[in-house]
Amino acid sequence: MTDAALRAPGGPVRAERALWRRFLRRPLGVTALAVFLLVVLVGLFAPLLAPHDPNFVDFTLTQAPPSAEHLMGGDSAGRDIVSRLLYGARTTVYGAAIACLVGVGIGVPAGVAAGYFGGAADRICSWISDAVQSVPGMIVLLIVAAGTGADFTVLMVTVGAFMTPGYYRISRSRALAVRREPYVDAARVAGLTHARILHAHMLRAVHAPVIIQSALTAGVAMGMQTGLQFLGVGTASAPDWGQMMNDGFRTMGTHPLILLWPSLALGITIAALAFIGSTLADLVSVRTEPARRRRTAPAGGHAADAETPASSGALVHTVEQSVLRIDNLRVTYATAHGDKEVVRGVCLDVAPGEVLGIVGESGSGKSQTMFSALDLLSGDGRTSADGIWIGGREAGRLPRAERHALLGTRVGYVPQEPMSNLDPCYTIGHQLVEPLRAVHRLTKAQARDRAREVLLRVGITDPDRVMASYPHQVSGGMAQRVLIAGAVAGKPDLLVADEPTTALDVTVQAEVLELLRELQQEYGMALVIVTHNFGVVADICDRVVVMKDGRIIESGTVGQIFADPADPYTAELIHASQDDSESRDDLDAAWHEAGQKVHT
Amino acid sequence: MIRFTIRRLLSGIVLLLVVTSATFFLAHAAIGDPTAGLLGNNATPAQRAALHERLGLDRPLLAQYWDWFSHALSGDFGTSWRNFQPVSDQIALRVPVTLSVVVSATLLAAVAGTAVGIATGLRPGGHLARVLKLASVVLFALPGFWVSLVLVMTFAVRLKWFPAVGYVPLTQSPSAWLSSITLPSVALALAAIVMIAEQLRNGFVEVNRQDFVRTLRARGLSSRRVTLHVLRNASPAALTVLAVMFVGLLGGAIVVEIIFNLPGIGSLTQSASQIGDIPILLGLTAVTVVFVVLINFLLDLVLGWINPKVREI
Amino acid sequence: MNKESAHVTTDSQAAPLLEVADVVVDYRRGRTTFRALKGVSMTIGAGECVGLVGESGSGKSTLGKAILGLAEVASGRIRFAGRDITHLKGTARRRLAADLQVVFQDPYGSLDPTMTVGQILAEPLTASGTGRAQARTTVAEMLDHVRLPADTVRRYPSEFSGGQRQRIAIARALVRRPRLIVCDEPVSALDLTTQAAVIDLFIDIQRETGVSYLFVSHDLGVVRRICHRVSVMYQGECVETGPNETVTRNPEHPYTQRLLLASPVADPARQAVRRRSWLALRAPATTPVP
Repeated sequence: MTDAALRAPGGPVRAERALWRRFLRRPLGVTALAVFLLVVLVGLFAPLLAPHDPNFVDFTLTQAPPSAEHLMGGDSAGRDIVSRLLYGARTTVYGAAIACLVGVGIGVPAGVAAGYFGGAADRICSWISDAVQSVPGMIVLLIVAAGTGADFTVLMVTVGAFMTPGYYRISRSRALAVRREPYVDAARVAGLTHARILHAHMLRAVHAPVIIQSALTAGVAMGMQTGLQFLGVGTASAPDWGQMMNDGFRTMGTHPLILLWPSLALGITIAALAFIGSTLADLVSVRTEPARRRRTAPAGGHAADAETPASSGALVHTVEQSVLRIDNLRVTYATAHGDKEVVRGVCLDVAPGEVLGIVGESGSGKSQTMFSALDLLSGDGRTSADGIWIGGREAGRLPRAERHALLGTRVGYVPQEPMSNLDPCYTIGHQLVEPLRAVHRLTKAQARDRAREVLLRVGITDPDRVMASYPHQVSGGMAQRVLIAGAVAGKPDLLVADEPTTALDVTVQAEVLELLRELQQEYGMALVIVTHNFGVVADICDRVVVMKDGRIIESGTVGQIFADPADPYTAELIHASQDDSESRDDLDAAWHEAGQKVHT
Repeated sequence: MIRFTIRRLLSGIVLLLVVTSATFFLAHAAIGDPTAGLLGNNATPAQRAALHERLGLDRPLLAQYWDWFSHALSGDFGTSWRNFQPVSDQIALRVPVTLSVVVSATLLAAVAGTAVGIATGLRPGGHLARVLKLASVVLFALPGFWVSLVLVMTFAVRLKWFPAVGYVPLTQSPSAWLSSITLPSVALALAAIVMIAEQLRNGFVEVNRQDFVRTLRARGLSSRRVTLHVLRNASPAALTVLAVMFVGLLGGAIVVEIIFNLPGIGSLTQSASQIGDIPILLGLTAVTVVFVVLINFLLDLVLGWINPKVREI
Repeated sequence: MNKESAHVTTDSQAAPLLEVADVVVDYRRGRTTFRALKGVSMTIGAGECVGLVGESGSGKSTLGKAILGLAEVASGRIRFAGRDITHLKGTARRRLAADLQVVFQDPYGSLDPTMTVGQILAEPLTASGTGRAQARTTVAEMLDHVRLPADTVRRYPSEFSGGQRQRIAIARALVRRPRLIVCDEPVSALDLTTQAAVIDLFIDIQRETGVSYLFVSHDLGVVRRICHRVSVMYQGECVETGPNETVTRNPEHPYTQRLLLASPVADPARQAVRRRSWLALRAPATTPVP
């Protein structure tokens, strides 16, 4: 549950509307956009801007160096380079626009339809798209160019056809992703026609990626276009950059400037498009990127409004008596809205053989507390603490390597979601054996024996088959047993289990809890269970701390907390976990008695 | 495995059929009467009619195509319309040149791309990563021939480190061969290097976010071992890009070869398209498609080895 | 609402609103088919809430999908208000939207993030030809029903918490004043404290409008609080059906008993007892690996 993606504040549409505003705040993006617009405008108004007729031949100008009259000099045929560049921009922009239009016009509808309807339509369209991608584009383009007498528009339509798979793929993958969203099912149940769903939901979802793709496509199309022109495909009457580059290429040894100008123009235009695309992609991906584990505390949590609150919780054992001791732990994330403290001064400790429950709802900071204590925090969270002791050693002050050496030996870890916590590329056996060999220095045979032994212990009856399996070949319950086996294989003093049963079915949950209890007693380990479920606490814990908004609001023995919760929030949580509260029959009876008033 | 190979082979043949037939009909539609291009403008109608008949152009198009395809399956691509030499001989003469450039570019891209990708993937916020990002944005978009021109201007014309043009066969002089294909390979590889590095870097970031990486660390594995896990998980996307790039490089080679004056399939394509030598064009298309099918087959094998899950889908 | 305050009594036998008879659903996975439902039968009366409990893979969600027309029925019959809707397609299925609605589990994915709440709620109405002004009034009324402020219409789903989003999803299901809502795990993605409030909202709405619910859940505690009758699903079959009090208190079928005992209760003393009974009931081959 803690891992549920938290959408960035503001949400997509807000973000989309603000997208251009944010785009304008990126200097690189703005510059690129300005350059590109300039090229487009120059192309549009070339006849007004060009100082000379681009095709007028003045023999005195042949390969002339730059002068006041001819800012970039003349080409090998004695034509003004500036004017030809300006007219060339027109050709380039026109060609790129056609290619993009063809690509969008065919690729997007086909991709959206294929992704939405799936089935045979999808297979056929995808096959065609793959086939187009495996066609040697340049050969076909040269054939088309040779045959059509180099009609530029037809040529660029063909270039567009080769750009279609790019559009097809992104549209299809977006449509596929959206198709799986329940809101599309909801729209169908609400009685919307396919046409309306495609229009209202699908096209909205693809439009940002299509714009980004277009910036890339336009650049690539310009490259192909100039490449063809460089090879001599093109009309003589309309100047273009490729032709100019070819001219320059032939006189490269003596007059490099003639090659330089069109190359610069093409390079800068394509780079501008590329930067527009990448800036947009950055902005869009920032918004879709789930804020990594930055579960926001529902209320406040900003560093600004919580100026170093006092630490919370209590230390009940001495350093020597505890396998884990955390003093005034704080975890802070840098967000767009300033620093956010998600763990705000937590103190807790665990004695050997003790079972401690850390309870709270999502966003309470319970998992963050344990991750940072073990130095397993991912992303850019910062940890500070007055002290973190593991097995009596002050882990917080140990060198990184020594601190990591505690993991897998003194401390074992059981994660929440069994399937995502096994490496899909390796067999289960390899994943169990590797730490035993690398960390515990066992030989291969010893490590395999030990792995087989723990697998048997966690209730897997055919360890050899399981060790030969890949993670996707076993069920969730089995995967969780494998993870528990991996955690206890190194005979740790402390086992940290982060919501170990939340992702499992109820009946499997009970089995896993029972297994944890047995292992804890057998190995005499201390056990820390992070959970949102007071039922789990009642089942297995000796002591419990209750967390809310990054702080410990209450701690004590299980008997004490259940019998007499001091904090009303604790009482509410306990009450909410009781499945023997009033049934519907009780509620209805009460309601009839009360005169059928709907309470609000 | 055998089923998979047979399926791949069949789908490859279907692809060959579809792509070459499309090329065939497109070429005929576009070029119309090829005798004009083959004989030049001075040919008399009688000469053209004779050639027309000799080439079998009076038969129905479909029959002509089927004739070609049935022979092509057994490796016979017919003869060129210009000099009546076997197409396969002419292509076989050119392919080693193109392959030298494309394969060395691919290897360069794979090695350099992986190195840069890992270096930036380990420190995604570092300076190198930022430089790579900028470089990848620009280099991906810039066409290979543009890069070639810049390289020629700098390293051949100005610095004179490499020959500007020409090709020396490997059998003649390995060092001269290497020197003659260095610039074209680099020109082709640059975009691929940054693309692969960028894919790998993104893959690293993506995989590092996954839960199992934390679990591996929690088992006490060293960063080096964890990195190996991450690399294996991150590599499929980069490999897919590499395969796609290979196909793109074959096309890009056409222009680059012309710039460096390499006697590969590029100049053959250009001359054949100019005079309308359809058998040569079809042969070139077929060879390219065969390469594409082979590469994709290899890619699937490697992806299946990396992540066994894809084998079952 | 102008409908008569509903009768909550459960005399569903008289004329069931929904009747599911021997429904079989197969899923194709590549070359193999997987039978998700193996002949399931059930009824839901007007104004009744029937719970469908089971673990993942039990087929409980598939049954909901089959009723909604989102899963193909291989054999068997589904009748709604006396009419066979098993294989309704196209226009006929869309017309059914007036009577049959859905609330999904995922409060994040079930609302299009690019639309305002107003647009989301009005969509089913305008799609069925309701005028804009009328739609606006109905939307306002529905928001009031689910206890959300009126200015909600102008905001986007991402601005709301999970519980609030689920209220929006409920309002969307209600706008066409349906007779049956399929609720697919509607509270299981919510925090416990939020769950309770949303469940109470479901109950209130049922009392106000007389709508029926098919309430799919894996949580016996939730089902106990909201349902009149409960069916327990196991591996594509319905193993037990009965009144709430019986099924959630004294179930007959061993699977239901295991299910009940497996879920830990938030009371150390009672949980110790429950655990012992569960251990006693656990299948003899200590741990049959699932």
